[in-house]
Amino acid sequence: MTERRLLLGNEAIARGLVENGCAIATSYPGTPASEILASVAAFQKENDIAMHTQWAVNEKIAFEIAYAGCQAGLRTAVSMKQVGLNVASDPLMSAAYMGVKGGFIVISADDPGPISSQTEQDSRLMALMARIPVLDPDTPLQAKEMIGMAYELSETFKSPVLLRPTTRVCHSRQDVVLDKIPQNGREVKFEKDPSRWAATPRFRFHLHNEVEEKLTAIAQYKPTQPLRINPEAAAASKAIISSGVAAAHAKEILKELGLWQKIPFYQVIQPFPLHSDFTAHWIETYDEILVIEEPMGVIEMQLADRHRVKGKMSNTVAGVGELYPEDIQQIISEFCGVESEKLEIPFVPGRRPTLCAGCPHRSSFFAIKKAAPRGIYTSDIGCYTLGLNLGVVDTVLCMGAAISQASGFYHAHKNEEKRPDIVASIGDSTFFHAGVPALIDAVVQQVKFVLVILDNRTTAMTGSQPTPASGLGACGEPLQAVDIATLVRGCGVKFCKEGNPYQVKEFIALLKDAVKYSRENGPAVVISKYPCIIDQARKGESAEYIPVEVAEDCDGCGFCIKHFECPALIYHEGEDKDEKYVSIDPLLCTGCGVCLNVCPKGSIVAKEQ
Amino acid sequence: MSESVRQQIIISGVGGQGVLFVTRLLAEAAIDKGLRVFTSETHGMAQRGGTVLSHLKVGTFSSPLIRPSQADALLVLKAENLAQHGPFLKNGGWVVVNGTHAIKNDHKLSLKSVDADSLAQKIENPKAVNIITLGYALAQSDTIADDQISLFCCIADIKAVLNHRFGNKQELLKASLQALEAGYEASSQ
Repeated sequence: MTERRLLLGNEAIARGLVENGCAIATSYPGTPASEILASVAAFQKENDIAMHTQWAVNEKIAFEIAYAGCQAGLRTAVSMKQVGLNVASDPLMSAAYMGVKGGFIVISADDPGPISSQTEQDSRLMALMARIPVLDPDTPLQAKEMIGMAYELSETFKSPVLLRPTTRVCHSRQDVVLDKIPQNGREVKFEKDPSRWAATPRFRFHLHNEVEEKLTAIAQYKPTQPLRINPEAAAASKAIISSGVAAAHAKEILKELGLWQKIPFYQVIQPFPLHSDFTAHWIETYDEILVIEEPMGVIEMQLADRHRVKGKMSNTVAGVGELYPEDIQQIISEFCGVESEKLEIPFVPGRRPTLCAGCPHRSSFFAIKKAAPRGIYTSDIGCYTLGLNLGVVDTVLCMGAAISQASGFYHAHKNEEKRPDIVASIGDSTFFHAGVPALIDAVVQQVKFVLVILDNRTTAMTGSQPTPASGLGACGEPLQAVDIATLVRGCGVKFCKEGNPYQVKEFIALLKDAVKYSRENGPAVVISKYPCIIDQARKGESAEYIPVEVAEDCDGCGFCIKHFECPALIYHEGEDKDEKYVSIDPLLCTGCGVCLNVCPKGSIVAKEQ
Repeated sequence: MSESVRQQIIISGVGGQGVLFVTRLLAEAAIDKGLRVFTSETHGMAQRGGTVLSHLKVGTFSSPLIRPSQADALLVLKAENLAQHGPFLKNGGWVVVNGTHAIKNDHKLSLKSVDADSLAQKIENPKAVNIITLGYALAQSDTIADDQISLFCCIADIKAVLNHRFGNKQELLKASLQALEAGYEASSQ
């Protein structure tokens, strides 16, 4: 009996991988791609598949491990978010030249909007730069189908293949039919071929030549050619070309606007290289071609005759932000000259994200501000970016930059008479990912700063994946754990102390020591150790519950709201001065008791039992 | 009914309230009834207390997102979101809101409210606001005669999904069913 299951786009991708014999799957978590590897691991456990799944320390390492697997003849895959592909771009560019033996899929999830990312970059442009083909799914269903297609393509042309889903594909759920998982794996055999696998520049020239020849052939490869979605549409002078989720929106809209029979609609499966017969046909056949894609105009830029093409470059389609279906409805109705009601959601500011009630990061940030009140605070990528709300995050650039930017600010200020204290904050997973080389650099350069490693024992923001300190694998299997303090000392740091941020007074004192030390001596590292409360709750563990209340003498000064910003502290803004006060939301309060140290007037008190 | 069902539902709340869980219960109920289903969810940073929005489309659709003025029903787990997500509702659609006081109804929507926060405290299950609101919505749906906009499923369908999901976690199952009932019965009080 066939099983139909509700699958998240990322689960559908994972299912496609195991159904197509993927033997090694690696990843570093990042929204919107995180659930891919976790789901591969779940299918692996459910079906007892002999394969290797792992969270790697970063995307570059994840890429290289999976790539070696395909050099040894296996089908492998690496998944990440689009900015992760920046980290893995070094091996990507080179692997494109060397090619593959077993099929190799690089999954890079883009985030138009952006909804949960630093940039709106288009991974399809990375494929163009690396000179490898890219497939662009419109739904979870198609994403699953494309895995098989991508492995065929990869093995036919001996090239890595990029699969580029976007957030709306990754994070939509659809009922998907599960197919069989093959029982017998392939033979693993690494065949030595140094002129390819270790090519020197002279051979690289030949490899580059090969890559360009492959691309010409891939641009004629039938299985990935554009789909004519509505062959019943009459001949017309206009056509619409789309890919990814924009194509999914467009299909629904064309039907509703009564254009299904009138306007030829093509869905591009492989945005690069674009199929040469089709580009020629489009330019010859149509006077006007509307291209709808996101986030950038990758298909559009490959259509040479600019006079006929409408898209991002002609400002017909917005070049920034997610394309919502209502935007696409507007664009299509204008292009086709049909009336349609303009649909809009008026902008209303929603709630900004905030650290959870009881989050240990909040107390760490509160302590940092107490210990270095006028400091420069560099920070990094993770939940703790939300330290922004507390005014203890001044910079967020990219993974690991908290430490190197702290160095940069120190060098910029070091000849000044009065140097600001510099406190960098970084999460445990981010420290392993890209913080370690930056810390070594800071030790060598004797950078006078404090690094607070926020060790909540998990990769929290992306859904609690293990870190190298967890000693756990993707399937929950026990692995070797790496101790953060030992690693920090191994980098050459002389001041390295651990503290519990829930013990606020002691933790502030520890940070003050660190600041003092750093002013004279160089890098000081404080490891703030307390588990993520979401993770804790999930495991059924919890700390002692300390009930708190706000005493009647609260004068509503708002200090706790501004400097502590716990969602369980509710500010009541009355008309009169007497009516302003703060109360505790019992639904949200986790009883961490940290706020007992926050009110300067002592109005937040322990509740008598 | 299965061939003709085409329903679009918005579920709105803030991170941590369990918007995704409610969406999933409804989606699985659709699958159990042999219907096609497509949802779109908010993940990542917004889940840390920010505004969270789910789109649920039951029937044959190619796009995961609902356009403004197209939703048949709206489930709002946080009353303040009504201003932001009210415009998704089509003319004649209906809204269920978790909220205490008379809710500001700028869009003149067909709106019913339930104080799920207090109910959750009362049944000593503070995390169950989502399921209580869903229970209440299922009760409201039963009173709607128009098949096009009353929910595609009923409380028994959701109970079946809960039974299936929490079959081996008896305590969680009991608490969830209790919350669903509490919300469902709140409408008759």
